[in-house]
Amino acid sequence: MSAPLLRVEDLHVWFDLAEGGELHAVQGVGLSLEPGERLGLVGESGCGKTTTALAIMGLLPPSASVSGRVLIDGTDILSGGEAAMRPHRWVDVAIVFQGAMNALNPVRTIGEQIVESLELHNRARGTAARSRTAELLEAVGIPAGRAARYPHELSGGMRQRAAIAMALSCDPRVLIADEPTTALDVMVQAQILELLDALCRDFGLALVLVTHDLPVVAQLCDRCAVMYAGEIVERGPLDLLYHSPGHPYSRMLFAASPDLAGLDEPVLSIPGAPPRLDRPIDGCPFRPRCDSAFAACVERPSLQEVAEDHAAACHLNDRVPA
Amino acid sequence: MSAEPTVLEVDDLVVHYPIHRGIVGTVTRQPRRMVHAVEGVSLSLQGGEMLALVGESGCGKTTTAQAVLRLVDPVSGSIRFGGRDLVPLGSRELRPLRRRIQVVYQDPYESLDPRFRVRAVVEEPLLIHGLGGSKSERSAHVEEALRRVELSPPELYLDRFPHELSGGQRQRVAIAAALVLEPEVLVADEPVSMLDVSVRAGVLNVLDGLRRDGLAILMITHDLSTAARFAQRIAVMYLGRIVEEGPAAAVVRNPQHPYTKALLSVVPRRDPRDRHRPQILQGETPDAVAIPSGCRFHPRCPVAIDRCAVEDPSLAQPASAGDGHRAACLLLPAGR
Repeated sequence: MSAPLLRVEDLHVWFDLAEGGELHAVQGVGLSLEPGERLGLVGESGCGKTTTALAIMGLLPPSASVSGRVLIDGTDILSGGEAAMRPHRWVDVAIVFQGAMNALNPVRTIGEQIVESLELHNRARGTAARSRTAELLEAVGIPAGRAARYPHELSGGMRQRAAIAMALSCDPRVLIADEPTTALDVMVQAQILELLDALCRDFGLALVLVTHDLPVVAQLCDRCAVMYAGEIVERGPLDLLYHSPGHPYSRMLFAASPDLAGLDEPVLSIPGAPPRLDRPIDGCPFRPRCDSAFAACVERPSLQEVAEDHAAACHLNDRVPA
Repeated sequence: MSAEPTVLEVDDLVVHYPIHRGIVGTVTRQPRRMVHAVEGVSLSLQGGEMLALVGESGCGKTTTAQAVLRLVDPVSGSIRFGGRDLVPLGSRELRPLRRRIQVVYQDPYESLDPRFRVRAVVEEPLLIHGLGGSKSERSAHVEEALRRVELSPPELYLDRFPHELSGGQRQRVAIAAALVLEPEVLVADEPVSMLDVSVRAGVLNVLDGLRRDGLAILMITHDLSTAARFAQRIAVMYLGRIVEEGPAAAVVRNPQHPYTKALLSVVPRRDPRDRHRPQILQGETPDAVAIPSGCRFHPRCPVAIDRCAVEDPSLAQPASAGDGHRAACLLLPAGR
């Protein structure tokens, strides 16, 4: 079997704290992505999903330490440092951030910024770069005439489209979208999700959708990885995650989102809060909030296959006879 | 339906904001332009009821709430509360009434003073209004308010600072600080949109419990699934107008207005098998300075006809809807 397009193995990220000790933000994450696949990376704030995305891009702040492997077509780009990462960043894997206003340069027009990224990566120059820019803007639904606009002259939805166009400028095969619609209105959110859907379909782009919003993932993605306290606690096809979850956290996260199709069902909150990541975690990190915890949970469970292509880190699955 | 009395009645409310013309604009006497934030909104709220005002940014839902709180001055219309019209009242006359209409804001990270312990945050409204009696009586009120938002036992929280609390706990403290004045109406402006999904339901269930105890709640939200699950009635706003209003279940299951239908179709469903083609409206809400002619939704409406650009529809009960369910669309045959 050939190597997957993107594979993350045993990724750890930690930050040394000024007051001593360390904050272990990502604790042994593993992922893989095939061409054209759409993966949702889901969890509460502070669960390590954005840190994982930044580590894949090699965009962690200097204060972060990282270990593990990030493989593109089977080649590790993480251990070689910046020199190994650079030829792949934006070219193979690109990222779109939550606040498009912060990702765009406020004093340059969106057209100039895309031309700049094309020239920087030796993709095109001069007239060719400008016509490629018009194509990119067209592909994300921005009329080419708006290339001469500054970011502040565009609406939130248009800015997010411009950020997506810029991320696509080097024809990446993987697009990581970190909360791409969180700050947007519902109708604009639907427009951006439709655009991401079309980009995956038309250009065979693989998508990693990083979000706290499970219903959005349920509508757009094929597979999902649920993160909790820095690790993946369940991963598999979305249909299995919803209809036969292997981890109580996934089940409870779905139950915490009100749904138009289940108006009479109670909406349940998950009591308590995630554990702090600056101290060692005893046993299963979800145990204090779990509605099904039992004696075995004092041991930290590892991610185990519960079915084909479906894995969960929960002792409840140990009890099910094979 | 319900025997509860109407506690708040807003009639034909209009709120405009002037746009700053700048120095050049003022000197050259350019015409003063206005944002027509709210253009003739009527609503009523009963004790023990939650009304959700739903719509996208700029639809006027927050301005409506601010007018109810009398934090902005309406151009016209009336807001009847406690047997009086709040619109003509000055700040001195409003003060005793303000205690009875309280508000909870979106962001509990911003709305709580970081230097105040929970005890001081919840006690402060009593001190401002000169209520609550002696120190020990005030203390009892504070503890009672914390219990009502399910921060119990209160001793566990009284001496903490906001930064020592989770987002959900902070929002509960903000609700307690509103409750301590024993208001009849609570305005909740996007009360859970800043919170993690896992704790949202906890805060919403607290609000639901307070409503069951008789509180009237006006909830501002952009999230139709939350509104559908927790509110008794929903009013959908577009560009300063209510375009559809009715019992929550009826609005969600039998939407009448094309805008409501589109909004409902883009709400993502939890079940991956429940995928459907959303009806995505192109473009964005036009700004409220240049309101379209006729029906203000017609430029984005998927079913608009020529007449929609001319005639401005008013809210009425369509033949296809049940009692108390009204929509403003020319294409809906009138009911009785």
